[in-house]
Amino acid sequence: MHDMSAQPAVHHHAPPQGFIRKYVFSLDHKVIGLQYIGLALVAVFLGMVLSWLMRIHLGWASFAIPGLDKISPNGAPGGLITPEYYLSLMTMHGTIMVFFVLTNAPFAGFGNYFLPIQIGAEDMAFPRFNMMSFWTTFVAFIVLIAAFFVGDGPPLAGWTSYAPLSSVGGDAGPGQAMGQTLWAVSIGLFCIGQLLGSLNFIATTLDLRTKGMKLSRMPLSTWAWFITACIGLLAFADLLPACILLILDRTAGTSFFTPANLVVSDKLQPHSGGSPLLWQHLFWFFGHPEVYIAIVPGFGIISHILPVFARKPLLGGTRVMIGSMIALGFLSYMVWGHHMFLSGMNPFSAILFSVPTLIITIPSTIAVLMWTGSVYGAKMRFTTPCLFCLGFISVFISGGISGFFLAQPSIDIFLHATYFVVAHFHFVMAVAAIFGIFAGIYFWAPKMFGRMMNETLGKWHFWLTFIGVYCIFMPMHYLGLAGNVRRYSAFTADYLVPLIPVHKFITIAALLTGAAQFIFLYNLIHTRYWGPKAPDNPWEATSLEWSTTSPPPFDNFGGKHPVVYQDPYEYGVEGPQDYVMQTTPGKIAGA
Amino acid sequence: MGKFFAVMLAIITLISAYFVVAHTWWLPQDVSLAGPALDHQFNETMWESGILFLAGQFALAYFVWKFGDKKDGRKVKQWPGGHKPVVAFGIIIVGLEVLALSLVGSKVWANAYLTPAPADALHVDVQAEQFAFFFRYAGPDGVFGAVHADKMSDASGNYFGLDPEHDIAARDDIVVGSLTIPVNRPILLTLHSRDMIHNFYVPELRIQQDIVPGLEIPIHFTATKTGKWEIVCTQLCGLGHYQMKAYLQVLSQGEFDDWLKQQSGD
Repeated sequence: MHDMSAQPAVHHHAPPQGFIRKYVFSLDHKVIGLQYIGLALVAVFLGMVLSWLMRIHLGWASFAIPGLDKISPNGAPGGLITPEYYLSLMTMHGTIMVFFVLTNAPFAGFGNYFLPIQIGAEDMAFPRFNMMSFWTTFVAFIVLIAAFFVGDGPPLAGWTSYAPLSSVGGDAGPGQAMGQTLWAVSIGLFCIGQLLGSLNFIATTLDLRTKGMKLSRMPLSTWAWFITACIGLLAFADLLPACILLILDRTAGTSFFTPANLVVSDKLQPHSGGSPLLWQHLFWFFGHPEVYIAIVPGFGIISHILPVFARKPLLGGTRVMIGSMIALGFLSYMVWGHHMFLSGMNPFSAILFSVPTLIITIPSTIAVLMWTGSVYGAKMRFTTPCLFCLGFISVFISGGISGFFLAQPSIDIFLHATYFVVAHFHFVMAVAAIFGIFAGIYFWAPKMFGRMMNETLGKWHFWLTFIGVYCIFMPMHYLGLAGNVRRYSAFTADYLVPLIPVHKFITIAALLTGAAQFIFLYNLIHTRYWGPKAPDNPWEATSLEWSTTSPPPFDNFGGKHPVVYQDPYEYGVEGPQDYVMQTTPGKIAGA
Repeated sequence: MGKFFAVMLAIITLISAYFVVAHTWWLPQDVSLAGPALDHQFNETMWESGILFLAGQFALAYFVWKFGDKKDGRKVKQWPGGHKPVVAFGIIIVGLEVLALSLVGSKVWANAYLTPAPADALHVDVQAEQFAFFFRYAGPDGVFGAVHADKMSDASGNYFGLDPEHDIAARDDIVVGSLTIPVNRPILLTLHSRDMIHNFYVPELRIQQDIVPGLEIPIHFTATKTGKWEIVCTQLCGLGHYQMKAYLQVLSQGEFDDWLKQQSGD
């Protein structure tokens, strides 16, 4: 303990010494960023294993999964997954992936680590909020995992938890008692963590930019995190009260989402006056923007990394991409009803929701054209992060295309709730966002760990994953065309039986693609401790994170405030080196 | 690595497109009056987005092939003409597609959802519950008996909660576990659920609609072929969701009349 008033000002920059303050309850944005990424890594492997179990059940339901009956004696007696346990696996897979992976890693994880560095700040605006944000998220994760081990099993209402299945309690069947309550508590906590984080990102971006870091000079990744924070501030402020109302319906006898005269399990429920559609409106008012919370950071990361390996600025500079991302964020709030075309809401509103949904394809297309056009005339350097960028563009095109179908209420009549939808959102938000995360990890690992990742393993990881995701998700479109309903634990309907071989193919592809992720895990862990030392700027990149040491010191720039003179992506310039750092003074020749 | 990436991407793209072009897996046969319009809209969308898919993937593959070499002397080039024509191209091409799809698509939607059922439609009441569908015909008097939530019970087989003791209209109501309808006659369904949100999906009829407790949702259609198809639930409603189904039997008018008479006689 020291007396603050007696310390010289320079000690303001000294890092904490104790283990707890340094690594656990840290106020350092870099440690918090790594904590988020670490949590996302645990979550993504858990979520992947859950998808393996689901896929095995769909392909070979009679295969006894070794050890599963030990973990869940009720859900998988003898290692055989019950229908309700299948739905629980699906619910937990969706919840874990959407919240604890796709929100945590690209936004909270990379954003925390690199946003302050990219704008030349020492830390986030509110370090204590930041710490609270992570630890609230951590508790949310523990609460969710606890749902696996409560009496009647984990919740099974899906990551969307539609009422009244989610709101009436144990009468609705297994998993809908304690498990569903834990789900709602976990997501409520998660919202609090994200609200704190979003506030922090916005304040930091607006207030802590270093000298010369005009908004127009901010890297696109920082722009993406800033826009995502603005989306998140609204979205999670909507989901939090929705979760509170759901908890009240479940525990306090209120009827926000539960209508009158429900007879569940032959029991007349003591509710009246609620609306199941209210939950859907509240959920999707959050849920659609959430898709953009997952993917906009990916836009930013790809736009930040692609110029480095193309050795030229993005086509359209930063402005077109910023415009596209803002348009996406804005439109994301006007389209939630396209999840509800067939929900029983007024059918006139379907047309109203359909038009902005189709319009979203315009900024998305412009972004794709800017990335693809940036490859034209480039001097490509095919590093692993570069390959993941190119893969991102490809899977984003594939996922975006199917949006044309689902945006139209008339075609949604046929495709709604089929595997076509599963294929669409996995490509466009899950796989694309994951490719953004992989690109980010391979790109920034030298900075975060001070060590280079292994390129050979990285390329194997890329190719197996890239081909793998196409083998998994492209056939799901075909299943959807044949009317294969999603969220079925078995295909007993006559017209679905002929499709089972396709499911077996997908299962094999999923197992192999999942196994390939262990190459990545090995590479990451090996690099973290034993990888070759990284120079400060291994990729010859321009932004501020590459002007400091690898890894950066506690205060990011060693007691100095960097001064910014250049736009963020000055690649392909004349001179001894083909790029100009943002911190390099003077006018660029030929610019 | 550039050429390898381009070739792999081209192969993936062609294989993906092959199964669509070959119709290896495709929409089941259409047996409804409104279906052809929906299928037409679907095919239009497939053409337009299929072209965009191929163009997008192949453009990426081509550029990566062409600009992936390692010649050191080469300087980077910018897109000829700058970004403005590219942005304009994107807005115009996608904008036109959006315009076309929403104008024509809205008509298809309106046809199914914004027009009332014809006056001569046969009215069938649908009750969904975990995990079954039940169908009710009004019987000879043409009037449905009132439903009472407190009387609904699987145990006593009173799926609609009817009260025939006090309600004359309920006495001749026909309640069955599968939907039998006459061909080429408009059918009006009124969808009810007594517990969870369920869904009424018949792929061959090109009909899918959530059944929401607390709401009374009408849908109408006309079957154009006789035969037997499946009605499945597509909204997650609990552990038995995957096996919640019923059969749709479409009969000729004569066969249907006989069937109905037989049911009333029981």
